[in-house]
Amino acid sequence: MNILEDFKNLWVYVEAVDGKAKSVGLELLNPGRRLADINKEKLIAVVIGDNVQSIANTAIAYGADEVILVEGSEYKEYSTDGYVNVLDKLVEKYKPSTLLIGATNNGRDVAPRLACRIKTGLTADCTGLDIDDESGNVAWTRPAFGGNLMATILCPNTRPQIGTVRPGVFKKIEPDFSREIKILRERINTPKEGIRTKLIECIKETAGEVVNLDEAEIIVSGGRGLGKAENFSLIRELAKVLGATVGSSRAAVDAGWISHIHQVGQTGKTVQPKIYVACGISGALQHLAGMNSSDTIIAINKDEDAPIFNVANYGIVGDLFEILPVLIEEIEKVKKLKII
Amino acid sequence: MNILVCVKQVPDTTEIKIDPITNTLIRAGVPSIVNPFDAYALELAVRIKETNGGIITVLAMGPEQAKSALKECLSVGADKAILVSDRVFGGSDTLATSYILSTTIKAIESKTEKFDLILCGKQAIDGDTGQVGPEIAEHFGYAQVTYAEDITVDGENLRVKRENEDHHEIIETQLPAVITVIKTAYEPRYATIKSKMASNKVQIPTMTSIDLDIDLERTGLKGSPTKVKKTFVPQIKKSGIIIKGKTSSESALELISLLSDASII
Repeated sequence: MNILEDFKNLWVYVEAVDGKAKSVGLELLNPGRRLADINKEKLIAVVIGDNVQSIANTAIAYGADEVILVEGSEYKEYSTDGYVNVLDKLVEKYKPSTLLIGATNNGRDVAPRLACRIKTGLTADCTGLDIDDESGNVAWTRPAFGGNLMATILCPNTRPQIGTVRPGVFKKIEPDFSREIKILRERINTPKEGIRTKLIECIKETAGEVVNLDEAEIIVSGGRGLGKAENFSLIRELAKVLGATVGSSRAAVDAGWISHIHQVGQTGKTVQPKIYVACGISGALQHLAGMNSSDTIIAINKDEDAPIFNVANYGIVGDLFEILPVLIEEIEKVKKLKII
Repeated sequence: MNILVCVKQVPDTTEIKIDPITNTLIRAGVPSIVNPFDAYALELAVRIKETNGGIITVLAMGPEQAKSALKECLSVGADKAILVSDRVFGGSDTLATSYILSTTIKAIESKTEKFDLILCGKQAIDGDTGQVGPEIAEHFGYAQVTYAEDITVDGENLRVKRENEDHHEIIETQLPAVITVIKTAYEPRYATIKSKMASNKVQIPTMTSIDLDIDLERTGLKGSPTKVKKTFVPQIKKSGIIIKGKTSSESALELISLLSDASII
């Protein structure tokens, strides 16, 4: 058992991808600041990669007091073995009290492996972060049972307390690029034979199309009501005028109209955009679990009893094939007005 | 290839309803199913076996009734099934659960042979943590790949197609490895009447803490570093503005004006 008092400071792991910070890492510096201040700790960002000094600077601009930077050619691409090795060595040396990790696929890959190596507690996919009044521990709040139940979890006896936190829950602060940059450089090697997986190829979904539902501010999703694959063109058109990412229900994926990477819901992605437009989606619980925390939900469905209307802020009962073209046209008009 | 698939029996969370008066989950009458992601993992294992040969063992931790989930796995391609079950394991979090499962796997290996590949679903649909798979990998010190959507055998190694946020990856991994599986293109096969009847007759062995070389301090509630402080049912908002009984263009125009008034667009 480790001695709790030896562990200080709140760390945020800022994930680097293709030379840029994942949004969720910068988002977490915001609640990270609040929690660190309550416990009078420093807020420290951790950045791992190859040539990622600029990400360290960005983390300072978004609120970190200091950055621990680990660079090396072996960290150019993410690998479980390499990144867990780095985080484990850093934790051993600096002893942070808390570690926040974005709940991206790579974040959810590295965190349990690290927690198990350290033998500490890990709470997955949190949507709420607070400090427990009585104990000063982080109170991690997370959904379970497909979003039907929320649980608040504590990790009272081991350190660091670790959690992965869902993208899009917390807002980034306004960056201040004039802040003083404090970077601690650490050199940690992982021998080549210590990395047992190798990235052979990266396959982008469709040429020119970005499918990043996790970071999308607006999502337009289509479901069974579209009737056939070709009709997704209407969804894409609406998405285009809104600057949105295309999502889908499980039914549309199962029907083979669109690939799984677009799927929102329990067996797909959990999303939390500012605007979620559900077109021809009835709103099975497994879909609602993936999107009902969106800021504004707009539903279009011909069945007035469809459960999607229970979570919708705005809804239209009607034929989406008639409604969507009008919507597209009107939104284009509104956009033009705004430019003028 | 000697493959182990870890499965969990879970309540079908899509069938769970909220009691509107007590505001709690109604669990009674909710069917128990094989965790859907574990079913995809098993289907991948069966496909690997069909092309490369091998043996598939399924392992579940849970109460006695979890044997029905294991029987279901036997009816769709698993060769052997084992349940690990003990009251002292109750209340285990993911770290404790992964320790119990790893210890059990080692006990199984000591009687037969080592597993080349351990598959898990990416997460269970009740806990939704996705942590047990990577934690098992750590207990063994094996290579791991998460979010796999396809696996092919490539000589001594595996090629895994992995889903990431906005792209797919092809990852080569050494064996032994732990791989966690998402929903794949391969829908789990159905049991036949014959395979169902055959699996129903199987006596599934149960291992308890007595059969394991296990430190009970690392299991159950006391072996779990995370503690549940409270649970609550989230409030689902229900006061939206629904436009109905109008023509399509009237509806669309009304929606635009509502969104515009609320500064949403």
